[in-house]
Amino acid sequence: MLKLRSVFSKSKSNNLFHLRSLTKSSTSQSSPPAYDFSRYSQNAFSFSKHSSLPAPASISRVPPSRSFATDSEARDSIEYDVVVVGAGPAGLSAAIRLKQLCHQKGADLSVCVVEKGAEVGAHIISGNVFEPRALDELLPQWKQEEAPINTPVSSDKFWFLTKNRAISLPSPFHNKGNYVISLSQLVRWLGTKAEELGVEIYPGFAASEILYDANNKVIGIGTNDMGIAKDGSKKENFQRGVEVKGRITLLAEGCRGSLSEKIMGKYNLREKGGAQHQTYALGIKEVWEIDEKKHQPGEVVHTLGWPLDHKTYGGSFLYHMKDNQISIGLVVALNYQNPFINPYEEFQKFKHHPAIRPYLEGGTVIQYGARTLNEGGFQSIPYPVFPGGAIIGCSAGFLNVPKIKGTHTAMKSGMLAAEVTFGVLNEVLDMDMYWNALRNSWIWDELYKARNYRPAFEYGLIPGLALSGLEHYLLRGKHPFTLKHGKADHEATNAAQLHSPIQYPKADGVLSFDVPTSLHRSNTNHEHDQPPHLRLRDPKIPETVNLPVYAAPESRYCPARVYEYVADEHNQLKLHINAQNCLHCKACDIKDPKQNIEWTVPEGGGGPGYSVM
Amino acid sequence: MKIMVAIKRVIDYAVKIRVKPDKTGVVTQNVKMSMNPFCEIALEEALRIRESGLASEVVAVTMGPSQCLDTLRTGLAMGADRGIHVESTSALHPLHVAKILRNLVEIEKPSLIILGKQAIDDDCNQTGQMVAGLLNWPQGTFASKVVLDKEKKEVTVDREVDDGIETVQLNLPAVITTDLRLNQPRYATLPNIMKAKSKPIKKFTPQELNVEIKPDLEIVEVTEPPKRKAGVMVSSVDELIHKLKNEAKVI
Repeated sequence: MLKLRSVFSKSKSNNLFHLRSLTKSSTSQSSPPAYDFSRYSQNAFSFSKHSSLPAPASISRVPPSRSFATDSEARDSIEYDVVVVGAGPAGLSAAIRLKQLCHQKGADLSVCVVEKGAEVGAHIISGNVFEPRALDELLPQWKQEEAPINTPVSSDKFWFLTKNRAISLPSPFHNKGNYVISLSQLVRWLGTKAEELGVEIYPGFAASEILYDANNKVIGIGTNDMGIAKDGSKKENFQRGVEVKGRITLLAEGCRGSLSEKIMGKYNLREKGGAQHQTYALGIKEVWEIDEKKHQPGEVVHTLGWPLDHKTYGGSFLYHMKDNQISIGLVVALNYQNPFINPYEEFQKFKHHPAIRPYLEGGTVIQYGARTLNEGGFQSIPYPVFPGGAIIGCSAGFLNVPKIKGTHTAMKSGMLAAEVTFGVLNEVLDMDMYWNALRNSWIWDELYKARNYRPAFEYGLIPGLALSGLEHYLLRGKHPFTLKHGKADHEATNAAQLHSPIQYPKADGVLSFDVPTSLHRSNTNHEHDQPPHLRLRDPKIPETVNLPVYAAPESRYCPARVYEYVADEHNQLKLHINAQNCLHCKACDIKDPKQNIEWTVPEGGGGPGYSVM
Repeated sequence: MKIMVAIKRVIDYAVKIRVKPDKTGVVTQNVKMSMNPFCEIALEEALRIRESGLASEVVAVTMGPSQCLDTLRTGLAMGADRGIHVESTSALHPLHVAKILRNLVEIEKPSLIILGKQAIDDDCNQTGQMVAGLLNWPQGTFASKVVLDKEKKEVTVDREVDDGIETVQLNLPAVITTDLRLNQPRYATLPNIMKAKSKPIKKFTPQELNVEIKPDLEIVEVTEPPKRKAGVMVSSVDELIHKLKNEAKVI
């Protein structure tokens, strides 16, 4: 299924793309096999793509290869000056900045952005209360150019919730001058701006591997082969991936980017930057259209406390956008200890709170989605430069946790990387200058000031809040110590025997919903006849460790019900992976106790279809 | 031999559809649009015929507002040689589309027109048949297999009908509409998407083609299907008969 958005480069340059070498073309048509129903069901697209019932043989045992690396067919190779992986705020800001510098200095660099989502913006999900600081620097005319930023924050509420009450607390946020937006919409607009400047954006193409030269320098990325069946064989429409080479490669894959993680491991970038491990949270969000009498454009609500317990860091948000739409969600830190916690169910429970439900009554859900986000802040920033490129945005991790904002810092990091890249390609700079640029920028300043808020919660909710108060009113980051993070998220999970199962209320279908219903609202789709993109490093561990020791936490934290344990014919519980449900949130890659689950990128064009998230 | 393929830009099949609050239609704002899946199959078939050497050119035609160019470029990226965009901001019903196609045929003179059997937004299943009627050409609809004999100027089409498969032999020029089982469309590769940017697209308006877009259908109301009611367990046959007689009123 083609889910491509065509690209109109209105670039003035004649040499639109440096299409130097198109080597031997990819595969010719093989003879058509017996008809393959894989793409559509018989009765016009009503297949239960989100069925929780296990499909036969959907277990990812010894995973078939995603690419025929030993194939004698060479891949087409396309060369650019700069390749950006990911058309998100960081990636697009970098691309835009590069083209701006080109126009300013009369230079000409070819910039290509590859994006695994079917459209720019399809995989973008965020709260989002937007601080326009970086956008003001990047595109100061954004208002005149009709950026979808038109709901200024009108009120800032902060509640501590108990089961039945909402206690108003002084708001720690300073959101004056900020806007309530849909980041997916803003990124789509950024995409059009980038294309106007001559950036080539290719949605529907997933960068699945890094390309190296003989000196271990990164020279670009390779996209997935398309049209491989679940068993690893080539389908009728098999299409070899292409090599997209760049003199500089910028990785902007968002939080826990699959290629970024590999690069950070390979070049030891965390150690090199003196950084701790990254810590994460899982955000689950819905956009509702509510009764207009209850809608107050620009109203911002944050809560702490119920339904999460004192040991689990997290909170909720409720933002009023325009057109009677609100964003509502729950963010749960992934270093929770109780393996029975189900963040999705906590969110559904949260919506029933007496202070929250009135907003939602009479409304309808428009979209649903989930994504992990960085909470490591300053202490977790890795050295972001590797031979041949750099990591930008949330893949490195610049989210300001107490502000709960990461878009502005992600954009700024992209812009700084672009400026250094421009210098590198004109042979006046070294890519390592990016590290200096970051440290001299307001990103560093901001994250340094914010560095102790989150780690303080290692000591519990009350000490955390106490320190937050202290920080906010008195210290403001001006103290000599820097608190450390606790255990890595996957190590924090306790054995199941130390806790008891949590009984979550059943979905009422009005305020709360079951996973299949929510998943349908995320417009998630994957070509289902493809090898599962969620790989088990050791296929025995789910049944020998995850299930007996931790009571299968993946069946609880995954907001898409990808992981299910189902009894087989011998009444043994076996793991089934419903890879086509995947929302690309990366929670499993982060939280699996033995780090046995590896999230790899599926065929391009698959995944959620966010438009107002 | 030239093949003309009509492609339509519709709401992507994976999107969850919502009815607009004023009930005049479905929400299309901020909603993902794609090429109609049956049109993809039609284009794929045309490309295969050309690749087997039996045709020289595949022309893709689309009609609608300027955003339709995205869909047309996708068609070019799959492999169509040229594109035609008939620009119109009014709603185009099957008869309008059929008339425009008929007039385009006089300009382009293809020997074969391939369309999807229906669009997934209106499910009309009319355009192909109307085009054939207007042109007085033979039609092979719901095609699950297409075999072209260039010398004899014939095309043999297996049609999926209610009682099974019906095979018809049509003299060219002919109209074919494609069903699901015909083929599996190819992915557009990155190099092809790049090449597609420079493929020519000719623009027309309905007026230039002497077709007046006068709405002959008025959409009165669009509503969601009624929510499925829960089933009711009955305790005896008598109760069942009673309910069928008095509640469902079917006996």
